[in-house]
Amino acid sequence: MSRYELLRQFADSWALLGMCLLFLGLVGWTFRPGARRHHDEAAKLIFRSDSDD
Amino acid sequence: MPATLAKSGGLFLAMIIALFGMAQAQDTAFAVHMGIMALAALIAALAVMKGANLSGQLADNEHQYDDAPVRWGVIATTFWGVIGLLAGLFIALQLAYPVLNLGFEYTTFGRLRPLHTSAVIFAFGGNALICTSFFVVQRTCRARLAFPGMARFVFWGYQLFIVLAATGYVLGVTEAREYAEPEWYVDLWLTVVWVAYLLVFGGTIIKRREPHIYVANWFYLAFIITIAMLHIVNNLSMPASWAGSKSYSAFAGVQDALTQWWYGHNAVGFFLTAGFLAMMYYFVPKQAERPVYSYRLSIIHFWSLIFLYIWAGPHHLHYTSLPDWAQSLGMVFSVMLWMPSWGGMINGLMTLNGAWEKIRTDPIIRMMVLALAFYGMSTFEGPMMSIKSVNSLSHYTDWTIGHVHSGALGWNGMITFACMYYLAPRLWNRQRLYSLRLINVHFWLATAGIVFYTASMWVAGLTQGLMWREYGADGYLVNSFAETIAAIHPMYLLRAFGGSLYLAGALVFAWNIAMTIAGRLRQEAPMTETPYNAAADRPLPAPARSAGLGGLQPAE
Repeated sequence: MSRYELLRQFADSWALLGMCLLFLGLVGWTFRPGARRHHDEAAKLIFRSDSDD
Repeated sequence: MPATLAKSGGLFLAMIIALFGMAQAQDTAFAVHMGIMALAALIAALAVMKGANLSGQLADNEHQYDDAPVRWGVIATTFWGVIGLLAGLFIALQLAYPVLNLGFEYTTFGRLRPLHTSAVIFAFGGNALICTSFFVVQRTCRARLAFPGMARFVFWGYQLFIVLAATGYVLGVTEAREYAEPEWYVDLWLTVVWVAYLLVFGGTIIKRREPHIYVANWFYLAFIITIAMLHIVNNLSMPASWAGSKSYSAFAGVQDALTQWWYGHNAVGFFLTAGFLAMMYYFVPKQAERPVYSYRLSIIHFWSLIFLYIWAGPHHLHYTSLPDWAQSLGMVFSVMLWMPSWGGMINGLMTLNGAWEKIRTDPIIRMMVLALAFYGMSTFEGPMMSIKSVNSLSHYTDWTIGHVHSGALGWNGMITFACMYYLAPRLWNRQRLYSLRLINVHFWLATAGIVFYTASMWVAGLTQGLMWREYGADGYLVNSFAETIAAIHPMYLLRAFGGSLYLAGALVFAWNIAMTIAGRLRQEAPMTETPYNAAADRPLPAPARSAGLGGLQPAE
């Protein structure tokens, strides 16, 4: 098997699966319990300098 | 003091090396460039000696943000923006009237076009990205910029890169790689500047006082890291001589083409999209005075762009010798990109949910909304054009030029102008901008300009595409190439008209920023009046006598 075919097969199988799982994990992480409170705080972070300092 | 001595001494040494390179130069362009580098080193050495105690001042001033490089960046963005758009208008007119090539090799379309693209993308857009990133990372990390001396090097080093690139194009120095035309020594210089940029930005994030890293910084960081990777891989080459301006790519044939478009499309994806989205995620909520619509959506937007964009490059090589599977891969990932792009657009627009009247009362918000609308339109048009059957009509035609400009003028241009309008009064500590009403003038000039530009290029592109593919009954092509040029000449004139409107808007912008910096306030009617009707603002007259005291109406 040539190096090209070896790399192609790896890219088409394990690398693809790994990338998909990593992506789903990163997106899924934003839906974890308690994420909403954390996100609300983070979204307001840029206004904090205006009120408390 | 020893540090100053070492620095200025090193810079003098650099000047002497550059002068030596100039003497040994194999070609004129390399000699000119070494001369520019020697001059830059001399100026830097003099600046270091003059401001000997500068680093001392910079070090112990942690109680306020370091905004000097941001202020320089606003001025540089404004200056290069006007230059880049002027070059664009000129080459648009060259296409309509070839006599404007002027008969000199230095002023031909082929040399001025990369001057235009690099001036608007890297000089205008790049300065906007660098200065806004320095502004945003300090505010969101609640920390002063790390490595202040290096931050100044990033700004001035980047300007030197721009000057070397621009003069190189005019002198005919090119690697012939789209959006990466500068030759090997300029590429090396940019690499040094970019690593310094990463250190300043990353260093500020590391010393942050705020535990969470705001999403805008994710986008900025993705932009900086990915551009470093793209720049290095795409520019792997071997110089023909160590004192000459010619190099040969490490790749050949279709591999070279794919490397080039892997770079080219991700320059769009990570320079013109991720970086400008970082601006959007900070400045739109700040100007609207409301948190971003959905922070979760902004994170999903981020990861989706990162995972999808990097594969989309092959759609620039449809129906070439690139393997068919790679073309299909590029097409599929481009179509998938539509979703995160629109997710991001919706996230930006819906930030105004409950405050839509700001589009009427706040011209900066109006400009941001226009930018987001064009982000949405061009990220719909792009995936559509990447579909192979559509691409067989649109590729190599002016439709592509129209698409690029709806994104560049509409999205990148308008969000940058809006951010500069936000920054100028704050950075120079002014009560307000010189004029809010002039923003409206700018807005309408720019909007009309983009409409003329994109609409004329749609018509021109479809005309070209259909004329090129038209076969007669005898199996021969019906139209010669020159006939297609003649057919779209009116469209070229309309495009140049649109470009002149957009340039006029940018001149109004530059005037407004300059007057704001000068501390002037234009006498003008405010954007909103206090609604008050004196005639209606009084108690109701007493009810008629005849009804009597107990004669209240049932309705009351």
